[in-house]
Amino acid sequence: MRQTSDYGPVIEFRDVAYVLPNGQPLLAGLNLQVQRGETLILLGRSGSGKTTSLKLINRLLIPTSGEVRVNGAPNAEGDVIRLRRSIGYVIQDVGLFPHYTVERNIGLVPRIEGWTVERIQQRVEELLQMVGLEANLASRYPHQLSGGQRQRVGVARALAADPAILLMDEPFGALDALTRDQLQREFLSLQQRLGKTVVFVTHDLREALRLGSRIALLEAGRLVTVLSPEDFLRSKDPLAAAYLHAFRDGLDPAANRGAS
Amino acid sequence: MNLIHFLLQNHEQVLELTLEHLWLVGISTVLAVLVGIPLGIMSAHWPVWNKPVLGTANIIQTIPSLALFGFLLPVPWLGDRADRLAILALTLYALLPVIRNTYTGIRGVDPAVVEAGRGMGLTPRQLLFQVELPLALSVILSGVRVAVVVSVGLATIAAAIGAGGLGEFIFRGLAMVNNQLILAGAIPAAVLALLADFGLGWLEKRLRPR
Repeated sequence: MRQTSDYGPVIEFRDVAYVLPNGQPLLAGLNLQVQRGETLILLGRSGSGKTTSLKLINRLLIPTSGEVRVNGAPNAEGDVIRLRRSIGYVIQDVGLFPHYTVERNIGLVPRIEGWTVERIQQRVEELLQMVGLEANLASRYPHQLSGGQRQRVGVARALAADPAILLMDEPFGALDALTRDQLQREFLSLQQRLGKTVVFVTHDLREALRLGSRIALLEAGRLVTVLSPEDFLRSKDPLAAAYLHAFRDGLDPAANRGAS
Repeated sequence: MNLIHFLLQNHEQVLELTLEHLWLVGISTVLAVLVGIPLGIMSAHWPVWNKPVLGTANIIQTIPSLALFGFLLPVPWLGDRADRLAILALTLYALLPVIRNTYTGIRGVDPAVVEAGRGMGLTPRQLLFQVELPLALSVILSGVRVAVVVSVGLATIAAAIGAGGLGEFIFRGLAMVNNQLILAGAIPAAVLALLADFGLGWLEKRLRPR
C-alpha cells in the first residue's frame, strides 16, 4: 500500500504527457509539485490541460508517459480504488446521485468503506454543519436543492472520509456570482481549519487570486509558470499579463464600451 | 352475445389455454431478461460489442415468426417438444427491446454522476449495481414491457406448431371458418396484452428516477 511520507511534495508530476488515442496531445512535459496543506490553482482556458492534469492525479486518466506521484509513491502502484477513496473529488456538475438522499450521497464513501451506521450518521451531521447546510436537508433528494446547496453537498461528500487531498474541478463555475462569492469565502475558512492539500481547477483569475497559495498557469497543454498570487499580479510573463489585462478591463465599464 | 356464451360454456378450456399462453410468455420474457440485460450492459460498456450484439438482435427480429418456428422444428431436443421451441423463438424476439433499452438506459445516465462515482473510488461493480442499473431501471423496464406485449401477440402463432396457448382457438377458428372461435382466442390475448402493458407501465412510472 501507499505509505504516507511527511516530507516532500504530496503530489508530484514528473515529466508527464497525455496524448489522446487519436494522437492529439493534451498535456506535454508537465513537472509540478504540490506541497502539503497548500491550495494549488490550475489556471487556464478550455483545452489548456488543467482538467486533464487533475484527472491524472486520481487516475481517472493514465499518463502516456512520465509518472504522477502521490504521497511519495507513483500512483500507478497499488490499488486504484484505494487511491481514489483517499482523495476527495469535486466537479462542476457535482454529480450527486439523483436516486440517493443528501444523507446517502454524503455517506457514500464511508458506507462502501464499511463504517458503522451510527458513525456514518454522525459524520454526515458533522459535515452538513461544516458546509453550512441545515440538518433537515439530509432526507432531501438532489433535485430538491438549489445549485449552491448541491455544490455544498458535493463538497461534503468529498470530505466524508476525511481525505488529505482534495481535487476540485471548477466547483463553483456554474453558480451565480453571489453564491459563488459566498462559497469561495466558506472554502477559505474551511481550508484554514482543515489544511487539506487542494488542487483546484479554474479559468477565473479572480477565483485563482483569492483562493490559491500558488497559481500554475497552463496554456495549450504546457505549464507556463507557477506563481504566488502576489507575484502573479506583478508578473511580466506575457500570458499572465494578458490574464490580468482582461481581468482589469472587465472591471472598467469604460473599456467595455470602447471609450478608453 | 354468442361469444360470451361460448366463453362461459368453455371456460375451463379458455382458462387452460390462457395459462398456457402466460407460461409461454412468462418463461420467454424471463429468459430474454436474463440474457438481454447482460448483453445490453456489455454493449453499453464496451462499444466493440455494440454493433454485433444489436445487429444480431435486429436480424433475428426480421425473420418472420412462422418461418422461425418452422426453422427450429428439426433441431434435436428443441424440436422434441413444441413448447420448448416456442419459448426459444419468443425469447429470441424479446431480446431486441430488452438489449436496446438496457443499452440506451445505461448510456443515458448523466456522465457527471458516473464520473463522480468513479472519482470517489466506486469499483466498476458498485458503479453498475448502485448507480447505472438503478438509474437505467425505468428505461430497461419499458423495454421489457414492449417485449411482453409483442410476445403475447406472437405466442398465438406458437399454436401453429402445437405449443398450445390461445392461438389454438384462433387456428381452429380459421380452419372451421368460425369467427366466434377466432375471437375466443383473440380477445383474451388482447386483454392479456393490455393488462401487461398497463401493469408494467405503472411499475415503470413508479421506478422512474426524479
